[in-house]
Amino acid sequence: MAKLFKPKIISANDLLAGDVVYMNSGYGWTRKLAEAAIAHDENAADALLEKAEPQQDKVVGPYLADVALDDDGRPFPTHFREKFRTRGPSNRVDLGKQATNPERREPLAASGGI
Amino acid sequence: MYRYDEFDAAYVKNRVKNFREQVNRRIDGSLTEDEFKPLRLMNGLYLQLHAYMLRVAIPYGTLNSRQMRTLAMIATKYDKGYGHLTTRQNIQYNWPALKDVPDILDDLADVEMHAIQTSGNCIRNVTADHFAGAAADEIEDPRPTAEIVRQWSTEHPEFLYLPRKFKVAVTGSPNDRAVTKAHDIGLRMLRNNAGEPGYEVIVGGGLGRSPFVGKVVRDFLPKADLLPYLEAILRVYNLQGRRDNKYKARIKILVHETGTDELRAMIEEEFAKMDGPSIALDPSEIERIENYFAPPQFSDLPAESVALSAAKAADAEFATWVDVNTDAHKQSGYTIVTVSAKAIGEAPGDLTTAQMNVIADLAEQYSHDELRISHEQNAILPHVKLDDLPAVHAALVEAGLATANANLISDIIACPGLDYCALATARSIPVAQDIQRRFSDPVRAKAIGEFKIKISGCINACGHHHVGHVGILGLEKAGIENYQITLGGDHTETTAIGDRAGPGFSFEQVGPAIERLVDAYISLRADESERFIDTYRRLGLEPFKAALYNEEKEAA
Amino acid sequence: MPLVTKQGFQPTPEITYVLVEEIGAANQASLAVSVPSDTDAAVLAPHLEKIALIGIDFPSFADGRGFSIALRLRRLGFEGELRARGYLISDQYPHAMACGFDTVEIDDEMAERQPYEQWKAATEKVLPPYRVKRAG
Repeated sequence: MAKLFKPKIISANDLLAGDVVYMNSGYGWTRKLAEAAIAHDENAADALLEKAEPQQDKVVGPYLADVALDDDGRPFPTHFREKFRTRGPSNRVDLGKQATNPERREPLAASGGI
Repeated sequence: MYRYDEFDAAYVKNRVKNFREQVNRRIDGSLTEDEFKPLRLMNGLYLQLHAYMLRVAIPYGTLNSRQMRTLAMIATKYDKGYGHLTTRQNIQYNWPALKDVPDILDDLADVEMHAIQTSGNCIRNVTADHFAGAAADEIEDPRPTAEIVRQWSTEHPEFLYLPRKFKVAVTGSPNDRAVTKAHDIGLRMLRNNAGEPGYEVIVGGGLGRSPFVGKVVRDFLPKADLLPYLEAILRVYNLQGRRDNKYKARIKILVHETGTDELRAMIEEEFAKMDGPSIALDPSEIERIENYFAPPQFSDLPAESVALSAAKAADAEFATWVDVNTDAHKQSGYTIVTVSAKAIGEAPGDLTTAQMNVIADLAEQYSHDELRISHEQNAILPHVKLDDLPAVHAALVEAGLATANANLISDIIACPGLDYCALATARSIPVAQDIQRRFSDPVRAKAIGEFKIKISGCINACGHHHVGHVGILGLEKAGIENYQITLGGDHTETTAIGDRAGPGFSFEQVGPAIERLVDAYISLRADESERFIDTYRRLGLEPFKAALYNEEKEAA
Repeated sequence: MPLVTKQGFQPTPEITYVLVEEIGAANQASLAVSVPSDTDAAVLAPHLEKIALIGIDFPSFADGRGFSIALRLRRLGFEGELRARGYLISDQYPHAMACGFDTVEIDDEMAERQPYEQWKAATEKVLPPYRVKRAG
C-alpha cells in the first residue's frame, strides 16, 4: 500500500534580502505561503525541487517542507519550525513577517501547542 | 586599550573590500553558495531562520565609547534598532540585508572593529576574562595575550579550513571567568617557581553534543613559546582531527579518542621541530601590544566612599544593586559595575540603540572610556569610582539597565534559539523570560543567591547549558518542544558538566519545575551562605530530582 | 585541466604520478608523487631527492589538511614543485602559496567560473599584520 503522502511546498531564503520565500507555481518566489505551489505527491515534490535547486542566483538552501491544507486548500505549516518561519521571533511580534502583515498572519495549525 | 597600527588598519579595510568582491562574485555566479558559505562565515555572516545575521567581534570583550556608539548606529541604520550580546563576546545583528553587510563592515573598520573569524571552521574570536585589567584577583592582564593570539590567528593560511571551529580563551586570574576549561584551548596565566610568567595550556574542552572538560597538556609554557606551541597544537589538530562526522570533528574528540598523553606527545614532537623564533612575535612587538593595555590613570582614593555609604543608607534599591552588581577592583576607591542586559521579561543579552548609547556615555564619563562585554551577555563598566555609583545607577535606571541581578536566578544565559537560529530545535528566549518573570522580585532573587541558569535551544550548546548550575536544553520530541534539565554544572575553575535530571519537560512545564527546584533548595540549604551549587554538591541529584518531578504529587 | 601558475592558466602537461608506496620500486629520478590528504609527510622524507613534483590532493576545498602537509614537506627540505590538486577556489590561492605550494590544478568548470583574474586578484590582497611583520 502506498505510504500516505503529506503535501509539500518549497521554502528557501532570498539570496539578497535573506528573508523566507516560497516557490510559486510559475517557479518564481513569493513571500506568502498562501501563494506557494503545492506538491500533492512524491513526483510533483521532486519536480518542484528540481526547478528550485538551480536557482542559486535567487535563493539559498531550497528544501521541501510539509504542509497541511485548510478547507479552502490553502497550505499551512505543520512543524513548529516552519510556523516560526512564516511569522518571525515569537518573543518579538513587531519583527519579521508578522510585523509587516499582522492582520494576514499565515494561519497556524490547530494543533501543536504553540 | 589596543589601537590599530597602519598594518591593522590597512588589513581590515582591505578585507572589507575583499568581502564586497566576494559578495559580488556570489551574485554573478563565480562562487557557488557552497563556496561562498565558508567565506561569508569567516566574515561573520550567517543565514538564519528569518534573515541574515552578522556576528561582530568584540575582541576579548574590550571596547570604548566610540566603538559602542558605532554598534548603536549600525543597529539603527542597517538593522531593527537592537543588537544581541552573545556567549563569546560578540554582538549579533539579526536583520541585515546581504548588500548592506560590506557597508556595515566598512563602518566597523572606521572604529577599529570587524567581524573576522567570528564563525567558520577556523580559529574564532579569542575571548578573555571580562574583568580583565580591573579585577582585584587578577595576576596578569590576559588581553595582550588574547591580542597576540588574535593577530597570529587572523587569516592564518594553514588554519582556515580546520575540521571544525576552534575557540581559544584566556584568563589572568585564578578565579576563571572565561570558561577556559570548556574551550578548544584554554590559557591560564601563571608564574613558575622562578617567578617567570607563562601559561597552563588546557586542550580539548567543549560543550555541544559530547561535553568534555579540557585537559592540561602543559603545566607551564614560557610566554615566549606561546605562538609556536599553539601552532603545534593546531597543526596536529588540522591533520589528525576527524573530518568524517561533524559531531566528532572538534579537538575534544581527538583528545578523547587519542588519549591526553598520546596527544601531548604528538604536540610536543611537532613543537620540537618548529622554528620557534620564526613564529613568535618580536619582543619589541609584544612590548608595543602590552603597552596599549597599561592601566588608566587612576586617582588616589580611600577604600571607603562616604558618598556611597550615604546613598546606600538612603535608598535600599540602590544598595541592593551595589551589593549585587559590583565587584572588587584592584584599585582602591574603584569598582567594577555589571550593567545587566537581563531586564525582567526582555530577551537575555539584547540591547537597544538607546541603551548602547547610554552605556557608551557612562563609559566615557565614569569608566575611563572603557567597556567590557561578558560571555554572560552583560556589559561591564570596568573602572568606576565608588563615589560615582549613585550617578551611574541613576542613569542606568532611566535606561532600563539597572536590574540588580548579576549572578542571580534571572541573570540567565540564553542562546537565540528557535526564535532566530536556523540550527535550533526549540526556543530559548521565551523560556528565559518565563523564569525571569517568576523570580522578578529582587528581594526574593537576592535571598536565593548565586544561581546560574543557562539555556540552549539545541545540542550545540551555545547557551552553555552543560556548565549551568541549572542547564536547560531545548530539543524536539515528537513534533513539539521538549526541555531537558541538567543540574550541578559549573563554568568556573572547578568546571563540571551537569547531571541530567531525567525526562524532559514541555515548554509550559519548565517554569513551574524551576520553581519547585528553587523551593527545594531553599528548604535544604545549610544556611543562606550555601549556594545552590554547594547544596547540590553536598546532597547530590536525588532530592532535587524529586522536587523537579514532584508535580503529580503536588496536584493530588 | 588548467594549471594555475604565477604566469596565468597553463595547460597541465601529461604526468604519470606514482604513489608513495611505489617510490622505492621506481628507478627514474625526477618522480612525480601523488599524495592523498591523509598522508604523513614524514614517510616521504627518505625519498625527497628523487622527487621533482608532489601533488597533494584536496578532496574538498573545505578540507585544509593539504596546507599542513605542504608546510611539513617544505620543513623537511623538499625544494621541488608542490601542486595542489582537486578542489581549491581562487580565494584560497594565496593561502596555498603561503603554505609552500607553487601551482594549483583545477578543472575546466572551475577555470571557466573563476577566470585567472580572480586568482591573480586573490594574491594581491593585503596580508594580515602578523604575516607582514613576520615577513619583514
